[in-house]
Amino acid sequence: MTTPVRKKGRLSEAVQNIQPSGIRRFFDMASTMDNVISLGVGEPDFVTPWKVREASIDSMERGYTAYTANPGIIELREEISSYLSRQFSTPYDPENEIIVTVGASEAIDIAIRSTVNPGEEVVIIEPGFVSYAPIVSLAGGKPVSIGTKKENEFKVTKEELEAAITSNTKAIMLCFPNNPTGAVMTKEDLDPLVEIIEKNDLLVLSDEIYAELSYDQKHYSFARLPGMKERTILISGFSKAFAMTGWRLGFVCAPADITAAMLKIHQYAMMCASTPAQYGALEALRSGQDDVERMVTSYKQRRNYMVKSFAEIGLSCHVPGGAFYAFPSIEETGMDSNAFAEGLLHEERVAVVPGNVFGEGGEGHIRCSYATSMESLETAIERIGRFIKKHSS
Amino acid sequence: MEEHELEILRLVEENGRLDIATIAKMVDRTEEEVQTVLNKLEKENIILSYAAVVDWSKVNEREGVTAMIDVKVTPQRGVGFDEVAERIYRFPEVEALYLVSGAYDLLVVIDGDTMSEIARFVSEKLSALDSVISTTTHFRLKTYKHDGIMFGDGEDDDKRIVVSP
Repeated sequence: MTTPVRKKGRLSEAVQNIQPSGIRRFFDMASTMDNVISLGVGEPDFVTPWKVREASIDSMERGYTAYTANPGIIELREEISSYLSRQFSTPYDPENEIIVTVGASEAIDIAIRSTVNPGEEVVIIEPGFVSYAPIVSLAGGKPVSIGTKKENEFKVTKEELEAAITSNTKAIMLCFPNNPTGAVMTKEDLDPLVEIIEKNDLLVLSDEIYAELSYDQKHYSFARLPGMKERTILISGFSKAFAMTGWRLGFVCAPADITAAMLKIHQYAMMCASTPAQYGALEALRSGQDDVERMVTSYKQRRNYMVKSFAEIGLSCHVPGGAFYAFPSIEETGMDSNAFAEGLLHEERVAVVPGNVFGEGGEGHIRCSYATSMESLETAIERIGRFIKKHSS
Repeated sequence: MEEHELEILRLVEENGRLDIATIAKMVDRTEEEVQTVLNKLEKENIILSYAAVVDWSKVNEREGVTAMIDVKVTPQRGVGFDEVAERIYRFPEVEALYLVSGAYDLLVVIDGDTMSEIARFVSEKLSALDSVISTTTHFRLKTYKHDGIMFGDGEDDDKRIVVSP
């Protein structure tokens, strides 16, 4: 006879204390329905450029199927280094300041785990990507959120940052261009934060995965600000810019001591990122910039279309300067974001993500990804317009 | 050409059915401005036509036959290849005509209903022209890609999950 499995207490308290993502619930609902137009997808609608796929296939044919060095193949780190210098004027040393990771998601994880001690606070900008706060909690840290405001175009202000800081604050997590708001922060917007960051000796974890998808001016990396590179962990990757989400390939750049610390976690938890993916990424950086520009032009056109169409159907929406999300306010309908998103899905078969799942400041908004065909966007706008009309009398 | 004119041109090149109102929103211009640009591009014969790319192989009994014909010709004094080219491209069967470098001078693309129709065109019309020295006819067996569009099922179906972070 076998001993019965003891279920009580077999899960860690840390994992029990975090909630599954609110996005999951909408996925479950939407995926059982037919004829749904989805504005809920957080990834490009382009397939990875063929030259990148071809390079990866070729690497496998030539037998590059073994582990690579822990931080990634050196050729790729060198390309990342010159890419960052070229595009964003943020040079990093390929030998000891860059790690190729399993998506930007792993980069977020190892950046937090290698810097945050139990009890230390990390300031998180919300609405924001759903994984920051849970990862901070899993590391034993305490996420402290700042809810950005529509009237500030969802940028974080000096005053908001100052108010969130305590003697326990270790780091601030920035994420611009932002998922879900599409907000960007220019050099002029970032400048005032520097004083507070220096005064409180904070680290900055800057998730710049959407950097290439900036439509009105070139992205300004936080690490480029004078004196900030030394206290910044720059997180980025290939998913959004090169339409490579499923490849799970990102990178993290930081001062050598932090990179060495992150590399310890990475080598034990991951060993290295997927080898064929790394060879694909190499090609992406060597010859994919034209593809990036082609995709960015297309996103920008769709961004323009969405913002103007929302205005026409009576939804107020700030102009998102980056990423591929519009984040219109639905407050005038009197519904909360959950009710709106659920109603819209059931009555009009349009999937959007309620703003409240992205944390403080997200309520009253919905995230609409415009990384989908113009045809679908046109139909979605028509359906959302009908839904609003029906519920606004 | 100005940047926004180029942008509009690229949009209609990719999708000739986009309506003016949609284009206007996409390029952040008024409908009147977009209409003016299109009128100008049409008038200047930069935009020649708004046509669909059709996969005729999927239309029963309408598949037809296409041939690419390499043509060697004697250039004429004073007009070079232009005169003989014009005599060829005026035939409605001629789908495309290019002057090319290499072993041949002209590349003629002919659409017809049957192979014999094309054979007749080559022997009775094309070869009968005084300046035509020789022809080599290649019949199309299958179209993989045309005008930048992949035929067959391509990659059009969306493989993404419906809602993701």
